[in-house]
Amino acid sequence: MIKKVFIVFVSILVIVWFLTPVVLIVLASLTPSEDYYNQNRILPRKLTLDHLYKLFVVLNGWRATLNSLQVAGMAIGLSFLTGLPAGYVLTRYVFPGKNAIRLSILLTRSFPTLIIAVPLIMIYLKLGISDTLFSVALAHTSFILPFVVLITTSILSGISVEYEEAGMIFGLSRFGAFMRITLPLALPGLAASAIFAFIMSWNEVFISSILTFVNRTLPAQILNTAMTSPDYFKFAAGTIMAIPAMTFIFFTRKYLMSMWGISLK
Amino acid sequence: MILLPTIVYLIAFLGYPLIQTFILAFTSESGTFGNFQRLMDTGDFWKALKNTILITGIIVPLQLVLAIALALFVNMRFKGYSLILYIISIPLALSDVSAALMSYNIFAPTGYLNKILLKLGVLDRPLYFFGYMFQNREFWVIVLTEVWRATPLVFVIILAGLQSINKEYLEAADVFGFSNWQKLRKIILPLLKPSIMSALLIRTLFAFQIFGVVWLLAGRDILILAGEAYYWHNNVNDPHMSSAYAIVIASVSLAISWFYISILRSKELEGGQK
Repeated sequence: MIKKVFIVFVSILVIVWFLTPVVLIVLASLTPSEDYYNQNRILPRKLTLDHLYKLFVVLNGWRATLNSLQVAGMAIGLSFLTGLPAGYVLTRYVFPGKNAIRLSILLTRSFPTLIIAVPLIMIYLKLGISDTLFSVALAHTSFILPFVVLITTSILSGISVEYEEAGMIFGLSRFGAFMRITLPLALPGLAASAIFAFIMSWNEVFISSILTFVNRTLPAQILNTAMTSPDYFKFAAGTIMAIPAMTFIFFTRKYLMSMWGISLK
Repeated sequence: MILLPTIVYLIAFLGYPLIQTFILAFTSESGTFGNFQRLMDTGDFWKALKNTILITGIIVPLQLVLAIALALFVNMRFKGYSLILYIISIPLALSDVSAALMSYNIFAPTGYLNKILLKLGVLDRPLYFFGYMFQNREFWVIVLTEVWRATPLVFVIILAGLQSINKEYLEAADVFGFSNWQKLRKIILPLLKPSIMSALLIRTLFAFQIFGVVWLLAGRDILILAGEAYYWHNNVNDPHMSSAYAIVIASVSLAISWFYISILRSKELEGGQK
């Protein structure tokens, strides 16, 4: 009985502590400005989509959002295109230098990625792609790719080689066996890691704001304009940033532990 | 052959820029160490270093204690614990930018905290948390925001460690009549040590790169290393100084990693000699 009361009590405490800031920012983004600036009014009299609409449509928030989506999409595409085959090779083959390669990929994760931002601008200027979304995607790939290699290694090593071998006995090529047997089996895990990769890119702010001026991603745009705009736009911006990330993580909650385990190693 | 794209990519987009950062940081009009000399001469650098260390030193232990408590709680596996698990992990999905805006929403002059305190009659005029005059309060708001935002990260690592502890040890402890506190001290915490160490390592590294929360909530009222790297680049247009700051962050990170890993190593060796 005492244990039950304790559990309920702590659960409520945990829920309040972790959810209050999220609920309040959504509420604030829906509060009409006259209610927000009225010190006597804690709860708004009515809710409005005005701020979200203005930020999104009138102030071109949709462009920054679109930019963020494009950057994340390109970074995920690039990372999986190069990282998935690498992960496959690392699980299925034995070759000299394999451990050294794994270790050096691991090492890149403990390096502060902000250190590469400044020289990248000069490299991009030379290549003629400075201030483009593609250039940000390239930079994001540099920290998403190691994550993808490590996560696919662990997902693929959980799928027995024997299925593939059986497929090859029945006449599939190695590539065919991978595409038709291993890939479908690995798909849920890979989808979850793609979502994690998305969140990594969607949330990244330092590199994006250094690399872009005109074509800013959403967090970069917010970082550079938020503090000079009225409060209710700040909260609308915070809400726009938070909702997709929270929704996505809801669908991958089953994989949460293993993902973070690996993304942090 | 299939590995080649990955390796080439990492060399081109991590290795090469890294070298460039070093070159930038070590070239200046006044010799190899000119930028670092200039950096040390400004009070800003020492303030930024002090603040970054201070923030790290406060939040990391706090997060660890909170995360262990939360992990022990969730690991009781009561009905509905998976919902609690999801709720705790929400901040993991949030960026530092949105976390900063969330706490601004609470602590702003017309934010919820002030409104509620005014309504309750605790205050008769709003309490200001932001601005150069209120650096102390700003600092604690930042600490609170970071604790809120990043405790779940530590929590997930600790919980994973807890779940891998063999139940039989705890059953054996029950047989010997250990109290819950004894179980925690003598069995759970020692077995959790690797998880705790890796959580500490990761959090310390990330805390040293703290940027978004401070930049949004305090701007340059509270100087921090990553913020200075950003400021020198975007506001002063001096990539050399910016790179020098980046090098400082990277070398401290390296030192931190080395410190933790060497502690882990020596512990392992002790274990081996027994």
